[in-house]
Amino acid sequence: MINWLTQIVTLTRFSLGTVPQRKGAATAAAVGIGGVVAVLVGVLSIAEGFRAAMSSSGDDDLVIVLRSGADSEMTSGLSREETRLIADAPGIARTADGPLASSELFVIINLLKRSTGTDANVPLRGVTNGAAVRGDLEIVEGRAFEPGRNEVMVGVGAARAFAGLEVGQRIRVAQVDWEVVGVFKGGGGAAESEIWTDAAVLQPAFQRGDSFQSVTARLTSASAFAAFKDALTTNPQLQVKVFKQNEYLAEQSSMLTGFIESIGVFIAAMMALGAVFGALNTMFSAVAARAREMATLRALGFGSSPIVISVLLESVILAVAGGGAGALASYLAFDGFQAATINWQSFSQVAFAFSVTPPLLVFAILWAVGIGVVGGLFPAIRAARMPVAAALREV
Amino acid sequence: MSGQNGALVHIEKVNKTFRRGAEEIHILSQLNLEAPQGEFLALMGPSGSGKTTLLNLIGGLDRPTSGSVRIGDEQIDRMSNRRLAAWRARHIGLVFQFYNLLPVLTAERNVELPLLLTGLSSSQRRRHVEAALSVVGLTHRAKHYPRTLSGGEQQRTGIARAIVTDPTLLLCDEPTGDLDRKSGDEILALLQALNREHGKTIIMVTHDPHASARATRTVYLDKGRLSSEKPE
Repeated sequence: MINWLTQIVTLTRFSLGTVPQRKGAATAAAVGIGGVVAVLVGVLSIAEGFRAAMSSSGDDDLVIVLRSGADSEMTSGLSREETRLIADAPGIARTADGPLASSELFVIINLLKRSTGTDANVPLRGVTNGAAVRGDLEIVEGRAFEPGRNEVMVGVGAARAFAGLEVGQRIRVAQVDWEVVGVFKGGGGAAESEIWTDAAVLQPAFQRGDSFQSVTARLTSASAFAAFKDALTTNPQLQVKVFKQNEYLAEQSSMLTGFIESIGVFIAAMMALGAVFGALNTMFSAVAARAREMATLRALGFGSSPIVISVLLESVILAVAGGGAGALASYLAFDGFQAATINWQSFSQVAFAFSVTPPLLVFAILWAVGIGVVGGLFPAIRAARMPVAAALREV
Repeated sequence: MSGQNGALVHIEKVNKTFRRGAEEIHILSQLNLEAPQGEFLALMGPSGSGKTTLLNLIGGLDRPTSGSVRIGDEQIDRMSNRRLAAWRARHIGLVFQFYNLLPVLTAERNVELPLLLTGLSSSQRRRHVEAALSVVGLTHRAKHYPRTLSGGEQQRTGIARAIVTDPTLLLCDEPTGDLDRKSGDEILALLQALNREHGKTIIMVTHDPHASARATRTVYLDKGRLSSEKPE
């Protein structure tokens, strides 16, 4: 076994030692694979960033309640009486001011996107107790809106992505002017892409009477979820469904992230096909150029399988070098890149940053390894099968 | 390691046929050859007569179409490829016309290559390499890469690589074919010394009568058959 490993190490060192003599073809193959990895990482970083924006702070004890049959807050509707019953359910955390539950409205308004100057759908959320329930909300500029007044505070993502949301500006929504009084961050998942106001002011502006669309609440602990859910779903006065907020947000982003991931993998697969041919070409020419040396080694007694593995290893090392460079380039180019896109499930814009995560980089390098293996396998088999006596005559 | 009848190399009724398209080319026909241990045998013949093919059969680099090739006690034509590779590593030293050194390795690393297939430690391998390089007179060039060595020095490195494992049989394929007369003479003197002083059994393919004169016996191959007389 040691002997076999020694053979592999020797042959691989020999193979890699000849790379400078083939630097043109080797570089072309590595760059091709680097391109595949860069595109794959770039596209998937969009999906990662979007998913992170949708669910970054979804605590396990944060829940959202919708009308049963509703797919999202957009299609949900709850009366004040129903929201009161929900807030009184067992398992909800309480403070001196009452239960940590916020009855909320969710409407879509039109604002101009800074990047393109075109109209975009922006979520406007009316809350009754939103900040206290989320807990991690932080005002980074200005102040929070005052209940009963036509004031809004905007998430940092929304402030960055949409025009006219600077503190002190006014936006006109539903024939009413609303003053922007603050900018906040945190607030749970996609909240940073939203504009928040007092639900009691938003209801008449949008002729919603005394109805809401959802209740977001904090439980005493994550383990209280089952009892809370049971209490609501078995209550004959309520027809609701209950989600943990992080699961709800993940589900809400699943269509877009799934689409982006499919597109990313599809594009990368197409490019990978080209890169495989590049690697095949490089490795076939490498094997052809070294036919006599390999035959010499086999004549000396080196086995076929170490030759196969050494050729494969060279191919994989070239691929990982190219893939690593591609992943690094992609990280430098895309990580943290700010963007906003529409979430098809809420028809509203979500501001997010491209996110090149370590698992994504590992995934991309595994692609490079895969390309290297496929690109090196056939040349490796050819190298091992070449008749020794014939190959020794190669010049 | 002598086998049947005291012969180290025992080839019996060997045929070797190559197929080129629909055509069958008979290279060796019912060929018999015996070489005792300690012999320096020259194998001569015109180009295309099958000298290298015969050498490859003896070295286990190729297999006969029919007949048997026995080296010592082992019939090598029936061995699996894996076993044959291990057998070659243990018993055969190969010297090539164009040296076949690995260009990315120094002379001493080239010489060390066959030792990597043994269980020797790195210090043991170093001692063997030093001894082999000393036999061929190349100790001072150990750290040099093949491209910085002359043809004669490269061939001496090739010979050091061939003898470093102390093989049973040394097979040389036109060892002076790529060298000028002076370097060729040095190589032949070295092979002769290996045969006389170290008792190495050598089979050398050559078409140069000057080279074959150094051997203890010469056989001629023509039209697939061997004879001890030079063909007309």
